[in-house]
Amino acid sequence: MTTPAESKSPIMAAPAVSSPPFAAQLRRSLRRHPSLFGMPALLIASLAITVAIHPQFSDFDLQSLAMGALPLAFAAAAQTVVVISGGIDLSIGSVMAVANVLAASTMENATFGESLALAAAVMLAGAAIGALNGLIVVLSRIPDVVATLTSGFIWGGVALIIMEKPGGGAPPEFLNLGAGTLFTSWLPTAIILLVVAVAVIWIPLRRSKLGLQFYAVGSDRIAAFRSGVNIDRTRFCAYIFSGLFSAVGGLGLTMTTGIGAPLAGVYYTLSGLAAVVVGGVSLAGGRGGMVGPVIAAFVLTLIPTDLIFLNIDPNFGQVIQGTLIVAIVMIGGFADMARNRR
Amino acid sequence: MGEASLLLEVRDVAKRFDSVVALKAAALQVRAGEVHGLMGSNGAGKSTLVKIITGVFRADGGQILVKGATRSFRSPAEARSAGIVSVYQDPALVPDLTVAQNMRLAGASVDAVRKWLAELGVVRLDFSILVRDLPYPTLRLIDLARALASEPAVLLLDEITASLPADLSERIYAMVRHWRERGNAVIFISHRMAEVADLCDRATVLRDGVTVGVTERAHGSEERIVALMLGAETARAVAAASSTPASFRAPRDGQAALEVRGLRRSPLLNDVSFKLYPGEVLGVAALEGQGQEELFDCIAGSRRYDEGAIFAHGKELRLRHPADAIRAGIVLVPANRLLALLQQRSIRENIALPAFGGIRNWGPIGMRAERTRVDSAIARLQIDTRAGSELRRLSGGNQQKVVIARWLASGFNTLLCFDPTRGIDIGTKRQIYVLVRELAAAGSAVLLFTSELPEIALACDRAIVLFGGRVVAEMPVSEADEATLLRSAHGLAPQARAVS
Repeated sequence: MTTPAESKSPIMAAPAVSSPPFAAQLRRSLRRHPSLFGMPALLIASLAITVAIHPQFSDFDLQSLAMGALPLAFAAAAQTVVVISGGIDLSIGSVMAVANVLAASTMENATFGESLALAAAVMLAGAAIGALNGLIVVLSRIPDVVATLTSGFIWGGVALIIMEKPGGGAPPEFLNLGAGTLFTSWLPTAIILLVVAVAVIWIPLRRSKLGLQFYAVGSDRIAAFRSGVNIDRTRFCAYIFSGLFSAVGGLGLTMTTGIGAPLAGVYYTLSGLAAVVVGGVSLAGGRGGMVGPVIAAFVLTLIPTDLIFLNIDPNFGQVIQGTLIVAIVMIGGFADMARNRR
Repeated sequence: MGEASLLLEVRDVAKRFDSVVALKAAALQVRAGEVHGLMGSNGAGKSTLVKIITGVFRADGGQILVKGATRSFRSPAEARSAGIVSVYQDPALVPDLTVAQNMRLAGASVDAVRKWLAELGVVRLDFSILVRDLPYPTLRLIDLARALASEPAVLLLDEITASLPADLSERIYAMVRHWRERGNAVIFISHRMAEVADLCDRATVLRDGVTVGVTERAHGSEERIVALMLGAETARAVAAASSTPASFRAPRDGQAALEVRGLRRSPLLNDVSFKLYPGEVLGVAALEGQGQEELFDCIAGSRRYDEGAIFAHGKELRLRHPADAIRAGIVLVPANRLLALLQQRSIRENIALPAFGGIRNWGPIGMRAERTRVDSAIARLQIDTRAGSELRRLSGGNQQKVVIARWLASGFNTLLCFDPTRGIDIGTKRQIYVLVRELAAAGSAVLLFTSELPEIALACDRAIVLFGGRVVAEMPVSEADEATLLRSAHGLAPQARAVS
């Protein structure tokens, strides 16, 4: 007897056919990136609800929404890069605080041109802090949760050293980058800034080999290693981008508030993580994109606004907001389960 | 044979993982234009050697020479640039990326991969599909095509045909021959002896991390390979064991404690049926990855099966959770003790845990009743409790006894032991087998898988052999000597007598 006669497997008979028709292609990308379609729908729905309960929704309301969502969207973007590559960064809020107070303390008497140069310097500083985080995680093998949580305490302290209490400022032209409008009062510059920043950083990254490596390492570290990916270098780079996005978020905080506040950033670590989860990025790594979390930041900013419009006690508001987040994530989870069952 | 004609040479490579020695002195010489078989039973060190050659692990000692020059690779990517590429036992494709993205990740040309896939008979594969959505056999072919696309001088195939249907295996054999014709070398690892004999020009045999022999022609030297794999020492031990009079009872007629009928679970379980009677120890012999893990998990209720039925005392079971199996009196002793025990809790709590798993036990736990039951289990198994009360301070053997003790304390009628003596010293091993015999004598049914074939003769009444997810042989223990088991486990027909 040689190899026993094994049943012919039917699964090999027909591999997937190439160049499927448009409808099938659409169905597949819907299946693969549910948040790409789900999140805009969720945003439109929550905008519709806002207008329904607050019919006098004006250009001013839109602008304050955009300004409120701007730092959160960057916090979510920073977290997304790390989470996709299979890690987590709990120092994002503190890095934002450092960037915020650095900008506000140095730009107070600067010209617009100088403030732009200083902004670039702050972004570099953010990337350097991210690199430090990455080094600690990769070299020491301390779990990323512990490493970034503790480094978050350190950078929170540094922010307080740089600026003891809220203060400072920046030239009005610089503030206008995130707090003004362009062409029409219905187009806040915050949205333009967000779209430009994410597009300039994320889209080339997503298409580069490094971006592919982020997804590979987050999806299956062993398979990635065997495919020739340098795991440590990839994770290290993810933290650099996280630091960069955090610094941009801190600059956004300066633009929208006009000052530096050493404690303002801290809140964004966890709410940014909430936006990542709501935005359909798997905390297990390897799945998700940038569009979902950024839109989720707007949805999460709308919820408390709506609760204020509804005159709900702010203490209840927090309970309702938390419940809504859990509900959204659960719906995503059930959709995933249905998808996997086929 | 000049060294210049060697594409790859391994000299005295050693590797240990903590206290476990995986390789002691592995040697391998691979010439251009040959298919070289790498043989050895479970744990002989084949996969470790492959991983050292391709830079996944670093050797503790020894040398690796590529075309005569000493090399030491720090990653699979480095090995690949030197022309050494491996297809590992499990797919090395990232599930959340598309096929095309995976190729880009590894720096493989999509066109070349497509060309090799076509040679392998896969013509219309959509490269924009996610890897997680592709069936397992397709992944293996993509793995192989990707390896071929980098035109390796030395191609290592580690168990690539292990769970592939026969028609796909044929395509892979054809490709291996083609690769040899082009003047390259292929190192081929397989548990299917017939396959190795057919395909390989020469074969190197590893035993316990040492190269024990090279056969110049694989074809026709199957017996010699088996003898090399066995080793003189085990052969003697087997002879000693079989000289002791068999005191085991033949299986009785009557109702089976456990009956498995036509069990299937894609892709590894293809049709397993057997009966296990009360008072009997049934041994399961199999090489790695022949479906034994899936079989035990299905019976223990921790994995679902696609088809087939499992009966306990004539009643069909619906197993959706391990609790269902435990309720039916079927309990599992896994190979990895860490999976079954709470390392930081006391021995007492560990033993008492499943006894109070029932839903009716919501109230406070009766401490006195717990103590009586636990103490009697500890006494019966002679667990050495001096080491302290925390479980992690116990030796591996004693931990394994705790796993058995917990089931003694809570009661069972069928015990599933999956490789219970893995990594345990000889003295405790013997105690565990004596215990298994005692349990059977007291009327329990025991299903025992062991990766060490001589142990079947020591502890079992009857043995079945799994190969490719099927039961290929069944025999009373008197016939289940190691050579017979090894031959069946490699898919060879049993022969009259081993030559050793």
